[in-house]
Amino acid sequence: MPASQELTRARASARTEGSVLEVALEGPWRLDGETPRWSSVVGGARPSAVRLRADGVSRWDTSLVAFVGEAQRWCSDAGVACDTALLQEKMRLLGGQFAESLRAGARDDHSRSLLVEVGLSTREAMGETRDFLQFVGECWIGAKRLVAGQAGFRWNDCLGEMQKCGAMALPIVSLISFLVGITLAYSGAIVLRRFGGDIWVADLIGVAMTREMGAMMAGVVLAGRTGAAYAAEIGSMKANEEIDALTILGISPVRFLVLPRVLALGLMMPLLALYANCLGILGGMAVAYTTLDIPPAAYWVEMLTIVDLPDVAVGVIKSVVYGLIVGLSGCRRGLQAESNAAGVGQAATSAVVTAILFIIVADAVFAVVFNAIGL
Amino acid sequence: MIKEATPAIEVTGLACSYQDYKVLEGVSFKVRSAEIFFIVGPVGVGKTTLLRNMVGLATPVHGEVRFNGRSFTSADPAERREMLKSFGLSFQGGALWTSLTLSENITLPLEEYTRLPRDEIERIAAFRLAQVGLAGFEDYYPSEISGGMKKRAGLARALALDPTIVFFDEPSAGLDPIGARNLDRLILQIRDTFGTTIVIVSHDVDSIVGIADRLIMLDVQTRGIIAEGPPGALIAGPSDPKVVEFLTRRTVRSG
Repeated sequence: MPASQELTRARASARTEGSVLEVALEGPWRLDGETPRWSSVVGGARPSAVRLRADGVSRWDTSLVAFVGEAQRWCSDAGVACDTALLQEKMRLLGGQFAESLRAGARDDHSRSLLVEVGLSTREAMGETRDFLQFVGECWIGAKRLVAGQAGFRWNDCLGEMQKCGAMALPIVSLISFLVGITLAYSGAIVLRRFGGDIWVADLIGVAMTREMGAMMAGVVLAGRTGAAYAAEIGSMKANEEIDALTILGISPVRFLVLPRVLALGLMMPLLALYANCLGILGGMAVAYTTLDIPPAAYWVEMLTIVDLPDVAVGVIKSVVYGLIVGLSGCRRGLQAESNAAGVGQAATSAVVTAILFIIVADAVFAVVFNAIGL
Repeated sequence: MIKEATPAIEVTGLACSYQDYKVLEGVSFKVRSAEIFFIVGPVGVGKTTLLRNMVGLATPVHGEVRFNGRSFTSADPAERREMLKSFGLSFQGGALWTSLTLSENITLPLEEYTRLPRDEIERIAAFRLAQVGLAGFEDYYPSEISGGMKKRAGLARALALDPTIVFFDEPSAGLDPIGARNLDRLILQIRDTFGTTIVIVSHDVDSIVGIADRLIMLDVQTRGIIAEGPPGALIAGPSDPKVVEFLTRRTVRSG
């Protein structure tokens, strides 16, 4: 029965009439208020029938529907009759629908066992390897056709990309390689000073920059700057069906999108690496002059006693390979991207990770190979 | 039936899957030359998947697709490229290349496949744009025009190489009723002028009833075709209640 003064919160009071459990709902039933739950109302009672009434309800929404639904579900699971005749027509209808949606087995089992998961991952990895080889093969065929002059290569695109990945990367490459030169000089000085060989800082910087750090830093900067941009650009083209539009016209995305970009990076990276070498050496020179009292001329002359053309060549060879790695992984991740916004972000991230990983791996391989051939 | 000429498209026993789900099985149909042919069915039934498998954007699990009597599915890459030249596809969102202007979007296929001089190519591009009502928009980038305009520009690109078969993926999606009707009119005009075979994936009942010569309807349960024929005959004739329901938007079944 409606309470004399208006209730401020929902209430469900249970009353036992013989073996019938009568539950009266009262007050405002709102999702954002506190509402009783069926399980706490019924407790451990085992009535032979349940009757629901809602004459005291002032307002109601899905919270009441949920309560009625759970009650009906409970009754049908326990084999108890549920009398909803005293509820409003709408409550009865919605409550029934709610109870139906709670039915066990209504939800598809989407979980997978460990074994299935392992199998699927293995298959995926195999597919990925095949796709990757196919991609590299396609690039190879495209490059061969380019060299043979058969394919209409888009030089304009390539020049634009060269500007974007080369010239426009100069400021950041300058800053980073200059700072690398400085840090190398400081850490070198700590060791060399013990032997009174401050001047050998010049040798250390010269060799480290030309053989290793110039190419490596240019590679890492371009992986983050250009590789990620390629992945995001190609990935969003894929999401927009632009890649399909190329395919349907018989234009290979590899020839149209990948080759100009990879070639641009392959051409610009050695130049950036040489530039990074210079800036790194300058950074070292600055530290030598200001904190070790080595005049720039002495630094330069000392450096030339050890740095030779093969050292520079080693750096340049590495940088070409790093450029190809950055370009290929950026484009590959872009083409692989899932066709949605999240896929594009993921492609950009994994392009950077892949590129840096392979740069480090390639560097290790180079170290072994150059050592073996005495370069 | 009278023995007819080689069909423009012949699909035999095609089975396609989307990711790992088998979507369609044993789909076979023929599309006659210069016909406006609809692939219809509820959302999620695999219409677009079927289209992608037909044009080679996806590889069918099974079955064969022939264009003008030549097998497409078993063609080698060079042959395939040759065949791709003869069809155009108008994508759902236009799929224009965003880094190129509208004019460049249309000139690209022409540059790829023809040896026409530059100014001639540009004139053709301008003509194609004018055909779809976009005269003067040559130097606009896709990001600068509306969704409906993108769609029309995509159609202009699909028509660039005078294809004999044009595929449409949901042409009326994202268009207002008037825009959709204008597009229908344009499609009819293309067919009537150039004798182009047109295959349209759609669930827009108005354009199906309005311009379809024949249609196939796909069904989720049977994973295949449940009806084939002209829309009028399907509505009037003794067909599956699902088909009549779809085409007339009335509930036919009781309960």
